[in-house]
Amino acid sequence: MVVVAVAAAFATLSAQAPRHSVGRPPTPEEMRDLGSAIAPDGTGLPDGSGTVGAGRELFAAQCARCHGPDGEGDVGARLVGGEGTLATPRPLKTVGSFWPYATTLWDYVNRAMPFDRPGLLEPSEVYAAVAYVLNLNGIIDEDLVIDAKSLPNVKMPNRDGFLADPRPDVR
Amino acid sequence: MKHVRIRPNRRQLLQMGAAVGGSLVAGREALTLAATPRSLGEPVGPYGERSPFETSVRWRRQSQTSETGASFTPIQDSVGILTPSALHYERHHAGIPPIDPATHRVIIHGMVDRPLSLSMDDIRRLPSVTRILALECGGNSAGEWRARGGADVQRSHGLLSGSEWTGVPLSLLLAEVGVRSDASWIIAEGGDACRMMRSIPLAKAMEDSLLAYGQNGEAMRPAQGYPLRLLNPGWEGNTSVKWLRSLKVTDQPYMARDETSKYSDLMADGTTRLFTYAMEAKSVITFPSGGQTLPARGLCELTGLAWSGLGRIERVEVTTDGGRTWVDAELQEPRLPQALTRFRLPWRFDGQEARIASRAVDSTGYVQPTRQALIAVRGMNSIYHYNGIKVWQVRADGSVTNAEA
Ligand code: HEC
Repeated sequence: MVVVAVAAAFATLSAQAPRHSVGRPPTPEEMRDLGSAIAPDGTGLPDGSGTVGAGRELFAAQCARCHGPDGEGDVGARLVGGEGTLATPRPLKTVGSFWPYATTLWDYVNRAMPFDRPGLLEPSEVYAAVAYVLNLNGIIDEDLVIDAKSLPNVKMPNRDGFLADPRPDVR
Repeated sequence: MKHVRIRPNRRQLLQMGAAVGGSLVAGREALTLAATPRSLGEPVGPYGERSPFETSVRWRRQSQTSETGASFTPIQDSVGILTPSALHYERHHAGIPPIDPATHRVIIHGMVDRPLSLSMDDIRRLPSVTRILALECGGNSAGEWRARGGADVQRSHGLLSGSEWTGVPLSLLLAEVGVRSDASWIIAEGGDACRMMRSIPLAKAMEDSLLAYGQNGEAMRPAQGYPLRLLNPGWEGNTSVKWLRSLKVTDQPYMARDETSKYSDLMADGTTRLFTYAMEAKSVITFPSGGQTLPARGLCELTGLAWSGLGRIERVEVTTDGGRTWVDAELQEPRLPQALTRFRLPWRFDGQEARIASRAVDSTGYVQPTRQALIAVRGMNSIYHYNGIKVWQVRADGSVTNAEA
């Protein structure tokens, strides 16, 4: 019922003409400056590609000082391990054990890493870093090339572990 | 930037200190001083500061880097339902960006008929609304799951603040851009170094989301998102993306790192709840609370805060006997939906040990659960959305501790 009402509201909305005539269309530079946000179906992923081997080198140069040489964590979060721990009293949530979508890894590394210099990496470097972290977790083979086509098809181990919010659930 | 500091001189401080001291001796001294010539006070000034005797500050939790840190509001010292902007809790993931409002823009794009780039002047020209709202971090009281909530209410519940917010309804701007009928989500991005991103259902945006620029009578503080933030009433603080620079209308959530890896709720069976946005009803006694000592036996005013992301606070009950009996506390008016509500109850402390707690009921009929009831359903790994009843132990000597520790 709510869904129907909301959908009706949207239909009316888009039919409306602007009333306040504020602002202006964004410029191409502004749109470029926004960068891409990546959807789980791969929408937004740019051209380029990366291999596990290239990622290993990049990780050593750009990530290891905070995440440890093997992603074991330091100032930055631990990026490997934890499979089989989610239902235990000491869950270890990492990219490998917890994250539902590999596209999220691309999006996050691209937008926020390296922590002290976000925006430093070229798209192919982000693909490479992502390939390496996925390989560290045993999710992809050494020879899989990661790009806009292959990344959305990477099945994360905990993909089916996420459910909708059932609250109120406690009486 | 030049700051004009208003400092009492040394002699004034001594005089005020003597007056505040309160003992009989100090009182007599103050009387004597009053007979001596008085000195002039400080002149008027451009931007006020609180009394130098007021020292309540935010507590900063230790974190791996200072830019990803959190600081907690000293709610044990707060009165009424508003938090001074300078004491509003902070939670940043990549520090506070220094944004010049003259150059800041927010871009609304994606599945819309007319993408828009708006300056702060554009935003301020639009019809505005003002609302008093509570803001609570999704991870507030996270330590309570494992009964490691900290010794005092600032540490256990201080990722909570109340402000008056002013801004433009997001629904108004969505009408301006013309949302396509097959759209269903909005991806919000901040202008901080990590470009904080969250997916917001379009239904929420149409209902009550604001693009806020004002807080407590002035421009919001840099730590709160200056010059512009998204504000989702009743929802976990992280969804109210600060330093807002982009709203992309889409037909799917983007599964951002901060809604999958973080701000999702892991259950005991290993499954995880996604998009747990709302903050359910919760309350806590702020006086007497952990770390405080009751000044004397006899009558005192027990007080605290209650709030619900889903509506208005209808009732707060208080127990002083460990849950055997409950009485209704008085609720401060106005009781606003999704805002802090202060409760008060006169209580006689007679030098006996007491276990005290509060329980909130909101306008949906939801009753704040016990910690045990929460854990029975969700386990102890959830981290987020802890809203269990908080018990304080009052000792015979009047000192108060965390009963669960
Ligand atoms: C200067 C230190 C630093 C460097 C260099 C750095 N990171 Fe990080 N990383 C962090 C911190 C700190 C966090 C946590 C941020 C937060 O709490 O929001 C983090 C978080 C992450 C996460 C999210 C972990 C999770 O489970 O949520 C990933 C993935 C990540 N980094 C990957 C990388 C990659 C890949 C690189 C190299 C391209 C990199 N980082 C370089 C400090 C660093």
